[in-house]
Amino acid sequence: MKYRPYLLLAELTHQCPLHCPYCSNPSAYPGGGELATEDWRRVIREAAELGVYHVGFSGGEPLLRADLPELVQTARAAGLYTNLITSGVGLSKTRAEALHAAGLDSAQLSFQADEAALGDAVAGARVHQEKLEVAGRITAAGLSLSLNVVLHRANIERLPEIIALAESLRATRLELANVQFYGWAFLNRLTLLPSRQQVQAAFQVAMAAKQRLAARMDIFYVLPDYYEERPKPCMQGWGQRYLTVNPVGQVLPCPTASSIPGLQFENVRERSLASIWFESESFNRFRGTEWMPAPCRTCPQREIDFGGCRCQAALLTGDASATDPVCTLGPNRGLIDKIIAEANGTARPQPWIFRKNPLRDRLPS
Amino acid sequence: MSAIDYQSCPALALGVRIQKDAVSGEPVLLFPEGVLFLNSTAREIVARCNGQFTVEAIVSALAAEYDVSGETLRGDVLECLTQLHERRLIAFPR
Repeated sequence: MKYRPYLLLAELTHQCPLHCPYCSNPSAYPGGGELATEDWRRVIREAAELGVYHVGFSGGEPLLRADLPELVQTARAAGLYTNLITSGVGLSKTRAEALHAAGLDSAQLSFQADEAALGDAVAGARVHQEKLEVAGRITAAGLSLSLNVVLHRANIERLPEIIALAESLRATRLELANVQFYGWAFLNRLTLLPSRQQVQAAFQVAMAAKQRLAARMDIFYVLPDYYEERPKPCMQGWGQRYLTVNPVGQVLPCPTASSIPGLQFENVRERSLASIWFESESFNRFRGTEWMPAPCRTCPQREIDFGGCRCQAALLTGDASATDPVCTLGPNRGLIDKIIAEANGTARPQPWIFRKNPLRDRLPS
Repeated sequence: MSAIDYQSCPALALGVRIQKDAVSGEPVLLFPEGVLFLNSTAREIVARCNGQFTVEAIVSALAAEYDVSGETLRGDVLECLTQLHERRLIAFPR
């Protein structure tokens, strides 16, 4: 099969008890009601037929959906690996055990910092203490625990303490994700972007910990791409391995693709997942290398980074088919350098713009 | 990473499971954020990583099944288990 998706990101809801200013959810939410349980069950089974291995239940906060255990069960029955991507808020002991019984394979719990004052400030909610308890409930229920921490200017210097927290919570995997600038994070880019010195120091800390903890914990460090010279191999190429279904049923080649102007997304309420994956305009728009502009088109890196990120190109240049501005070989690197200069030149921190929930009623329609 | 003890019983690590691939029909290892495709030797070894068999017993079972000497197989089994252990896909419960 030429194009086989490996991962379905199932964004069950855009509602979330947290308001992190780096959220990658769209800052302009799509209209429409949330998918009903039966819609999701069909989507999950269709994904398995397409060859998907993993389903990540995400959001917003997926625990806000009462049908979560049922969806996990459906995914397991279809042979999928099931991962819960959660803030942890609302994960009681009973709920954790019910999810384990439904066949949940692992849980990825977010932390905003290693301690409550900063953690709660970033989340815009008093949640840090509950997260600590939830981590214990996840491992006690017999689930594999991963931690995800988004790194930015305000918490990156606390990396040693963050790693120590993951150790003490007995996480088997720690994702240290330098903030990527999409959705709400894009609005806050000047306040979230760390300095080059911060980034370099954090990299040393992360690599040392990776070696030291090799036997116990898998540390996955997401590079801050603004400080790189070549773009990231975003989604391992457009329409190659990933698909996202958002809360209202739109199917996206990447979770932030709705930020691309002019691209229409098909909906699982109207078409099968397979027809969207193989035939839709949105999934085919940037597949392969044909769409590439110069210098990507003839670049030896084109099958390595696939021209970088389409959303980043759209956000910064207004043209989704431009070379990712991160690339120093492309014509738009100046846009990134300007942001870096502005962010590092900010005399005093600006207030964050906190993520807001969708205003309208999101009940299944 | 310390050397593997022949008398220990390897098991899949927490959060790792074997799944029959919906497209190829072959078993793959699934774990958080990853898929590992197994060659035929690895498949036979992983199928026995259930906490019930010692490394020694896995070597003997495979030697009997394929009618080769344990000595020949030992290196392959150890190499495979070491790699899986380094990726934290198998564990050696005490």
